[in-house]
Amino acid sequence: MSAHESHLLQVNIGPQHPSTHGVFRMEVTLDGETVVALRPVFGYLHRNHEQLAEASSYIQTMPYTDRLDYFNSMTSNYGYALAVERLAGIDVPQRANYIRALMSELTRILNHATAIGFMINDMGAWHTALQFGMREREKILDLFEMASGARMMCNYFRFGGVVRDLPPEFLPYFDQLMRGLPAFFDEFERLLRDNEIIVARSSGIGILPREVAAGYSVTGPVLRGSGIPYDIRRAEPYGIYGELAFDIPVGSVGDVYDRTLVRFAEMRQSYRMLQQIRERLPDTIGGHINPAMANFGKQKALRPPAGEAYARVESPKGELGFYLVSDGSTRPYRYKVRAPSFINLTPLGAMCRGHLLADVVVILGSIDIVMGEVDR
Amino acid sequence: MATEPQLAAERHGVFLTTVTRLYNWGRRSSVYPLSFGLACCAIEMMATGMARVDLARFGAEMFRASPRQADLMIVAGTVTKKMAPQVVRLYNQMPEPRYVISMGACATSGGPFRDGYNVLRGIDLLIPVDVYVPGCPPRPEALLHGLMTLQAQIDAQRLDAVRWYSDREARDHPVPTLGQHGLAIDGQTIDPIGGLPLLSPLTSPHAEAHRSGQLEHPQEIRLFPIMDDLVERETPWRARGVAREIAADDLKRGGNHE
Ligand code: SF4
Repeated sequence: MSAHESHLLQVNIGPQHPSTHGVFRMEVTLDGETVVALRPVFGYLHRNHEQLAEASSYIQTMPYTDRLDYFNSMTSNYGYALAVERLAGIDVPQRANYIRALMSELTRILNHATAIGFMINDMGAWHTALQFGMREREKILDLFEMASGARMMCNYFRFGGVVRDLPPEFLPYFDQLMRGLPAFFDEFERLLRDNEIIVARSSGIGILPREVAAGYSVTGPVLRGSGIPYDIRRAEPYGIYGELAFDIPVGSVGDVYDRTLVRFAEMRQSYRMLQQIRERLPDTIGGHINPAMANFGKQKALRPPAGEAYARVESPKGELGFYLVSDGSTRPYRYKVRAPSFINLTPLGAMCRGHLLADVVVILGSIDIVMGEVDR
Repeated sequence: MATEPQLAAERHGVFLTTVTRLYNWGRRSSVYPLSFGLACCAIEMMATGMARVDLARFGAEMFRASPRQADLMIVAGTVTKKMAPQVVRLYNQMPEPRYVISMGACATSGGPFRDGYNVLRGIDLLIPVDVYVPGCPPRPEALLHGLMTLQAQIDAQRLDAVRWYSDREARDHPVPTLGQHGLAIDGQTIDPIGGLPLLSPLTSPHAEAHRSGQLEHPQEIRLFPIMDDLVERETPWRARGVAREIAADDLKRGGNHE
């Protein structure tokens, strides 16, 4: 051993840290500036979601699912509604399915725009890139507010459809938004692709090889960034996704850059789907909700037959699954959420090993987590 | 309020003010919030800082990453029992004068998650709150209104009466520990796993009566003890039964509550 003996350094990042995306703690072991080991510590936002759901009636849990992944309340609603519909055997009319898909795809654009903004934030471009994403988010939230009455916590889905039909002012505003979106994609993508600093900070960083990604059972853009074209909308189509034409973008290397490009491509695919939905929406049949469930009293008093059901949707973060066990009463006997953020976070240690400390926050940003969903 | 000589001087290009007014004007126009998000409400807090609502118009856009540089803590989101000690520690690390906005139902009372075993039922159990912003989540406009309310409160403070220039030594708020029965301060459980939390002397309307022994059934009011002088320093407005906002308004109109 030389005179300059070196020691490993333990650093705690979080739970209060501007780049941990919520209350999340990382115990990082450093050799100089290089990460030797990283241990994620969860539980700072454990809000007893599953316990509360088991103590509430089925419809009472719907607003709680909003608060799981608070960027994407619509897709969380969707997954839960799907699970209960499967459990109780409720049909959804065609128009309701179209509205649901429309909301889901808007959510995806919203999520990816802000997620990319937050990641560039973590690289040090303090709030500049995020402004672009948040600008689009506000426009989409206006639409959500028109339809559901709330910006973030929409609570828009009901078993058998959605709570109310689209208001008359929705579609004109939607068309206006759609006209602006391609220009936004181009502008935002140019910001990333042509920016030398962003490319240097993200390519080759946090590589997650195909096999490792599959081994950790990550889903969503993280998995697709590693080159596996797995998407619930294609693997197990729900709603109207079987009828929509779209491609599944995949990356080749599986680094931070790939994941970001996948997100960009997905936004464009969502746009494509929205165009198709918009075209067919006026001709759809059936109301916004199954008439048998249109009365809210029916929703409240729902008693699914004893049994179990699992439903999954492609949330912008990955595979979001809801598992329900019914004992025939008005409350679920068991309720379990398969949260994509939580499972995508598990390979964080593997991705960060060997990288610099400054890259850790970028890798974390590229996974795109929401603590409400991680800790539930 | 400008007086007649003041206005006369201003007509001659001389600007007269009091130290208090200048001091308060400076402080309220550059409130630096702590960059501190807990849950969903934090997203709306960020949206408040973004282009559409633009917190910068009120001088509060400088979100500081370190509590040592912050004046304002916006408790945005659910405070869990695991996180509560860290929140109090962050508050203790902030230099005086410091303010707290409790944003959203969760921070105020536990909100929709109040029945959960791991959720703190109101951050005002542990630290004094200046402004409560209702909502789940509050709209960015609501948070902006909360900030303006806080600015009115800052405006109403008097340089010769503020506690951080008094001789009394500032003391830290007690940091709770998470035990097997819930959150505890000095071994006494203040927010149990089930049931209801004890009343905080920081916010309880009974605090004054409790201390002066005027209560008919003192055992029914379940206060938990936080250092007494701390409470006295933190609740002068409340002890007089005046809501802070109203008191601030009165003060501006020339009324005196000190
Ligand atoms: S008040 Fe509502 S939006 Fe805010 S943190 Fe609590 S659950 Fe989330």
